[in-house]
Amino acid sequence: MADTSDIKKGFKMLLDGVPFTVVDHQFVKPGKGQAFIRTRIKNMMTGAVIDRTFKSGEKLDKADTEERTMQYLYPEGETRVFMDTQSYEQLSLTNEQLGENVYYLLDGTEVDVMLFEGRPIGVTPPTFVELLVTETEPGFKGDTSSNTTKPATLETGLQVNVPLFVNAGDRLKVDTRTASYVERVKG
Amino acid sequence: MPEPADAAVLQLLELRATLLGAIRRFFAERDFVEVETPAIVPSPGLDVHLSAFDVRNPRGERVGWLATSPEYQMKRLLCAGAQRIFQVCRSYRAEERGNHHEREFTVLEWYRADATSDEVIADTENLVALIAASLDQPAPEVQPPWQRMTVDEALQFHANTALDSLLDDEERFFRLWAEEVQPRLGNERPIVVTDWPASMASLARLQPNGRADRFEAFFRGVELCNGFGELTDATEQRRRFERDQAERQAAGVPVYPIDERFLADLERGMPESGGNALGVDRLLMLLLGASSIQAVMPFPEERL
Repeated sequence: MADTSDIKKGFKMLLDGVPFTVVDHQFVKPGKGQAFIRTRIKNMMTGAVIDRTFKSGEKLDKADTEERTMQYLYPEGETRVFMDTQSYEQLSLTNEQLGENVYYLLDGTEVDVMLFEGRPIGVTPPTFVELLVTETEPGFKGDTSSNTTKPATLETGLQVNVPLFVNAGDRLKVDTRTASYVERVKG
Repeated sequence: MPEPADAAVLQLLELRATLLGAIRRFFAERDFVEVETPAIVPSPGLDVHLSAFDVRNPRGERVGWLATSPEYQMKRLLCAGAQRIFQVCRSYRAEERGNHHEREFTVLEWYRADATSDEVIADTENLVALIAASLDQPAPEVQPPWQRMTVDEALQFHANTALDSLLDDEERFFRLWAEEVQPRLGNERPIVVTDWPASMASLARLQPNGRADRFEAFFRGVELCNGFGELTDATEQRRRFERDQAERQAAGVPVYPIDERFLADLERGMPESGGNALGVDRLLMLLLGASSIQAVMPFPEERL
């Protein structure tokens, strides 16, 4: 059993059977009053973020979660199949569970799979991935400084805004936290 | 001159020294005497939500507790005849940690004999304005007079709730206060909240309206100080201490002893007084726009 003194960013707790992870927390104690921990917590199943205030010292259930490094293998209907790089065990997540993260999955991409009570509930992709541009308006040679951007579609279907000099066939480094262009990769 | 190894810490030291200098100048100009009272005390304060550090000798025997505030001893000095006193000291709360709490923190506490809480509120406004100016943080919004509101009004305005409906349920009051009311207090300018429920001010006198003569100032949602028109009736004070002890017993937290010397001095007579305790680290944090009190302390626990 945990209590509110265990709360920190990333602490995972069970509320009404649902796992939540702490995004933000603040100790508050009105003068002469009872102390509370105000938290912002994220539902690990749906991604929804809510505010919740706990009494200082309140008992909390730790969520039984585990993160494992796995390799993306292939799509299968509405799901994606991953393999544990240690045990070679395979499991799958639905596209709905993966959400935006489906755009960062290439054959062999290593991701952290979050398991809740042994079942996969979501993935964290690498912070940066390299993706091929499949479609964008032709670039302007020599225009490497402009702040103007244009839309581009990448090999996984992800759409990002890119500088004008980027062409179809270029490889781009993409920040998966913000779904945004970082730089063009040589070669 | 060589470059300092840690310019940020040096700047912080200068800012804190400037602030302390401004406090001393402010009170010297008003004929206050700077006093010192012990950190190890026979009773650390009896409020049910206070948690103090035990102090023991090498044989494991209790010597006392670290003071959660210098209040009892400073009031004993008023009983001894002191007229205007102030102190800057460390106080200790064993279980308070967060962006606005540190287990060891700096308190400014001052008392005026033969004065009301209004005079102490005026001190607070003028002091904060002087400190802001001396820190080169003109902060026009802290210029006196500050806004005033009663607890009844604050609850009605920010939480649409009548205080009387919460008097039997302090947990609900504090939850509502922490979630809905306090974060919205003093967002533009500091605000002084007065007229607290009698049960939430163990050391304040009662007003004719049944509320305690207690005030707190808030700035940008942060509690800056807590002051009273002081209770001077020893019998009533003992009754409240005994009630606090019973509450502590019921809550299953350590029951600290009553400071009998404080009560004996009160019995002999304390002038009608006003007093206030102000969080020095919080004030500095707010005036500098820092995100935590730890950011304005050279050695918060996390960097010790």
